[in-house]
Amino acid sequence: MGVSIEVDKLNAWFGKTQALYDITMKVAANHATAIIGPSGCGKSTFVRCLNRMHETVPEARAAGSVHIGELNVYNGSSAVQIRRRIGMVFQKPNPFPTMSIYDNVAAGLKLNGYNNRKKLDEIVERSLKLSALWDEVKDTLRKKSGASLSGGQQQRLCIARALAVEPEVLLMDEPCSALDPISTGKIEELIYQLKERFTIVIVTHNMQQAYRVAEFTGFFLLGKLIEFDKTEKIFTTPSDKRTEDYITGRFG
Amino acid sequence: MSSPADNPSEFTAPQISLWRRGLNNLVTVAAITAVIIVLVPLIAVFGYLVYKGIGSINWAFLTQTPKPPGEVGGGMANAVAGSALILAIGSVVGVPIGIGAGIYLAEFGRNRLGDLIRFTSDVLNGVPSIIVGIVAYGLVVLSQGHFSALAGGAALAIMMIPTITRTTEEMLLLVPHAVREAAYGLGVSKWRTTLSITLRTATSGIITGVMLAFARVAGETAPLLFTAFGNQYWNWKINQPTAALPLQIFTYAISPYDEWHKQAWAGALILIVLIVLSVSAVRFVAGRGMLKGAG
Repeated sequence: MGVSIEVDKLNAWFGKTQALYDITMKVAANHATAIIGPSGCGKSTFVRCLNRMHETVPEARAAGSVHIGELNVYNGSSAVQIRRRIGMVFQKPNPFPTMSIYDNVAAGLKLNGYNNRKKLDEIVERSLKLSALWDEVKDTLRKKSGASLSGGQQQRLCIARALAVEPEVLLMDEPCSALDPISTGKIEELIYQLKERFTIVIVTHNMQQAYRVAEFTGFFLLGKLIEFDKTEKIFTTPSDKRTEDYITGRFG
Repeated sequence: MSSPADNPSEFTAPQISLWRRGLNNLVTVAAITAVIIVLVPLIAVFGYLVYKGIGSINWAFLTQTPKPPGEVGGGMANAVAGSALILAIGSVVGVPIGIGAGIYLAEFGRNRLGDLIRFTSDVLNGVPSIIVGIVAYGLVVLSQGHFSALAGGAALAIMMIPTITRTTEEMLLLVPHAVREAAYGLGVSKWRTTLSITLRTATSGIITGVMLAFARVAGETAPLLFTAFGNQYWNWKINQPTAALPLQIFTYAISPYDEWHKQAWAGALILIVLIVLSVSAVRFVAGRGMLKGAG
């Protein structure tokens, strides 16, 4: 089951440049929350702070508090522990190129020492079915490399890989920006179904996409959270002038 | 309105100027010439070796030890075995150290120590092989009190390390950052990611680097002169003087006997063939594990 995320006064830096300023927001469990905003506004940095991926960049740091369920992300847990409970899907599909489709999906479990073959088979099948890829790859699971799939299939493979470790939260950083409309449609449909089991935070440049998949939307500008509300409200009657300017295409 | 699709015959491709066509041909010819210039020495060396050496290769040559000067017959079997022993020692020592250093440089070496190691290894790569032999002589032969396969292996290992270190580093750096991020995102620790993801992704490139280093040292004579020293008889002990193909070829080639000259040619041919065979065998074995479409 998904859990809620509470972010309180989150600040982030790259070296001396501040990328996020005092972000405070509460993401509801088992819903999809979209993060929108112009390029360079800190959307990606924000989601990467939620699972402490931000700090893998040299000289990057973050301060503030993030709670995911009962888990205190920046106090008392290791980054590795956090990331096992928060799945992440990246902008560009990044399957492990030398691993088979099966091994790609099982990677998170296998690399963390899980070796029950029968259970792994079940988990791989379930994850690939969840990500709507099973029918396309079930005959070549162990024969083909993850890199041999098409872009859209690769991204669904990456989603299956993230789901296999049974996270409570799924972070998606522009998951469709490298995909064609058909693959995008499939992944949006997927997000719709996955909400029942996971809490989803999705960064997107595509406002129609935010509108289609998310119940809540946050608008970021220059590292600040300008407005955070129900998606419907953001897109019809935003309370901030800057939000309105952005969604009506006056800038950004 | 008419569009090009209505009447395709009206639209012909624009004429490419004579100048551009001429330049195109010129560059193509230049490229082919370059390929021929590269291939000619290779084929010439191999062809000449076959021409000079094939006559002396027979069953005895491949199975017997050398005969005293003046006697006809005998072979270099002990030298082939000795080379294998010395190269095995060199690889067992050199490959793990080289790959380990390469991993350090690629994954943790963005600092002063890393720069120092990079510089040192580039300098080591340029050190003449005879000097590497002297170092191994000083380190191993003097402390043991006698020549040995171990000393020869140590010299070859020192020569292999810089090549392997730098190619491993290069190959690991070619693995996209996104692949590492994918592993971190799954909650895989850094060391586990390095070993199971990054290294595995770069495997085929690293094998190429190792084979390159192996093939290079397999033909080295100078570092073995006063380390492995050579031996007229069979030897399997790593702390005894040991024959090696390049040494045997050297000794025979500078001797005054015609019979030995012929055997030196044959030995050179065997050396080249064995290097090609071992490199291909490793490639074949490593390639079998590859998946369809894997990078």
